[in-house]
Amino acid sequence: MAIEINGKTYDTDEEGYLTDLSQWDEDVAKVLAAEEKVEMTDNHWEVINFLREYYNEFQIAPAVRVLTKAIGKKLGPDKGNNKYLYELFPYGPAKQACKIGGLPKPTGCI
Amino acid sequence: MAASKFEVPELKGYTTIPLLQKGASANIKSFLANEKIQEDLGFPGELVEDWHDKAIEKMGELLGKYRGLRVFMDACVHCGACTDKCHYYLGTRDPKNMPVARQDLMRQVYRRYFTFAGKFFPKLVGARDLTREVLDDWYSYYYQCSECRRCSVYCPYGIDTAEVTMAGREILDSVGMGQKYTNEILGKVHRIGNNLGLPGPALVDTLEGLEEDIEADTGFAVKLPIDVKGAEVLLITPSADFFSEPHVESLIGYAKVFHAAGISWTLSSMSSEAGNFGMFIGNYEQMHKVALRIRQAALELGVKRIVVGECGHAWRVAYSFWNTLIGVGAGADDPFAKMLQKQLDPRYPQPAHICEVTYDLLQQGAIKMDKEANDHRIITFHDSCNVARGSNMGGIPGGQFILPREIIKSVANHFYDMAPETVFEGTFCCGGGGGLLTDDLMELRVKGAMPRMNALKSVVDTHQVNFMATICAICKAQFTKVLPYYEFEMSMVGGVHQLVSSAIRLDPNK
Repeated sequence: MAIEINGKTYDTDEEGYLTDLSQWDEDVAKVLAAEEKVEMTDNHWEVINFLREYYNEFQIAPAVRVLTKAIGKKLGPDKGNNKYLYELFPYGPAKQACKIGGLPKPTGCI
Repeated sequence: MAASKFEVPELKGYTTIPLLQKGASANIKSFLANEKIQEDLGFPGELVEDWHDKAIEKMGELLGKYRGLRVFMDACVHCGACTDKCHYYLGTRDPKNMPVARQDLMRQVYRRYFTFAGKFFPKLVGARDLTREVLDDWYSYYYQCSECRRCSVYCPYGIDTAEVTMAGREILDSVGMGQKYTNEILGKVHRIGNNLGLPGPALVDTLEGLEEDIEADTGFAVKLPIDVKGAEVLLITPSADFFSEPHVESLIGYAKVFHAAGISWTLSSMSSEAGNFGMFIGNYEQMHKVALRIRQAALELGVKRIVVGECGHAWRVAYSFWNTLIGVGAGADDPFAKMLQKQLDPRYPQPAHICEVTYDLLQQGAIKMDKEANDHRIITFHDSCNVARGSNMGGIPGGQFILPREIIKSVANHFYDMAPETVFEGTFCCGGGGGLLTDDLMELRVKGAMPRMNALKSVVDTHQVNFMATICAICKAQFTKVLPYYEFEMSMVGGVHQLVSSAIRLDPNK
């Protein structure tokens, strides 16, 4: 499966996750977000950017606690919780935000 | 929440037997594993050309190796006692999800190739050739069984449907039809050490963050030690405990128990997974390979005890199979198993469940609780299938049911059990066990959760229950996802040690 934007082709797996992480850019993020029915705001981008930074350092998406703490520091303590992240990404921050951010899907008992 | 693409069953507070709907869940299929995932585990990358002969050959091998399987193939008299016991049948209405029918997908092939009557008079005995259509049915319906073994409780012959499902999956893997979810995860355990693929440095970073959180919350420097040589206890817990909500709350609970009791403990970055999906796919070699990491960690760290965190099937593997797999307990006789048997302290159960540890400390008065800390919670307990029907705790009959409940009653004032036919050995699966906790099976997961959701609704309506405790990472993740479909809050589900965490006294002077 693939997504095409302005002549550039992005390969995705059967669940719609990018298969080549280096292909990710903001254009494809917007398309992936639209497929997930997520309207991207600045706060969504904060989450996506943090996920990508963390992934670059650790080769895995951050644990939910790590993410909520980081977002609390950036956007204010009232937003540093799981509930707020679910408001941004209703299907669950781990999976939905990873998809939009071009990261592999976290697997396991989660 | 977004409208779902399928009909969510309506809750009545009790479950009735639905009318049959032929083929109702025939369209529900989990993704096949790709070539790379399959080959990483030593399975063929795609369906092999001579799949028919290979599958029959494998079936013959399994029938020879596992006497139980042959008995289960022969013994069924189609009495029908199991038909209405499966949550997937009750939720989907598909007759092939009746346990007897799901088994018959294999039994009819068994008769054709392995019995005298079936070889010569197939039509008379319901025997059938293994066609591509049958093979595809196997893939669909053996991945619509969570191996929860509820049906086995009601079978007068004690036929263990999970064993049939496991054999089905093993045969499918051997001809190149593997499931993406389970097999990708097994590959990650071999490469990285856990189901999530959480590398050591990320784990260390996560644990440091949690230590900061606990200290900020409580004022006590509760530690989450990792790779500490000479610690007394090695804790083996599902990697979801490091990663997800509400799982992490229980991890904090275990840490507080060890802290308050003054027991030195450690996690292992090399062996950071309790789960063992090798059991789910019925593959002994995979199950063995996954378990060996735990032995290696225990030997390297020189621990005296091995304790298992809140993970349902891990406890079954640990309780029932670790003895012969790796030498935790008597049975295995290779040199490393013997080394481990000598190293572990015989005064403690090996392995021990974290609930056994906490219960024992409570009995001794070594840890103290402020029950009022959980007064905002009205609690029920969901027995996880692999703990309920595949293990024990405390060495007393029914201990696996008694200990978690006694812990809850020691840390909270409000506890109510769900309807008797839905708990203890009759417990209903959460709907996501056995390797089905994947997004591509969401319809099955939601529908399969219906019997549990009905039982929950009943105690919500009568006792205003607002918290369902459980001791399994899969149950926690599954309920977090499906509760909202039934208009419950996802935060209703949590761990037993989450409750312990709220109530435990950390100050040694009090």
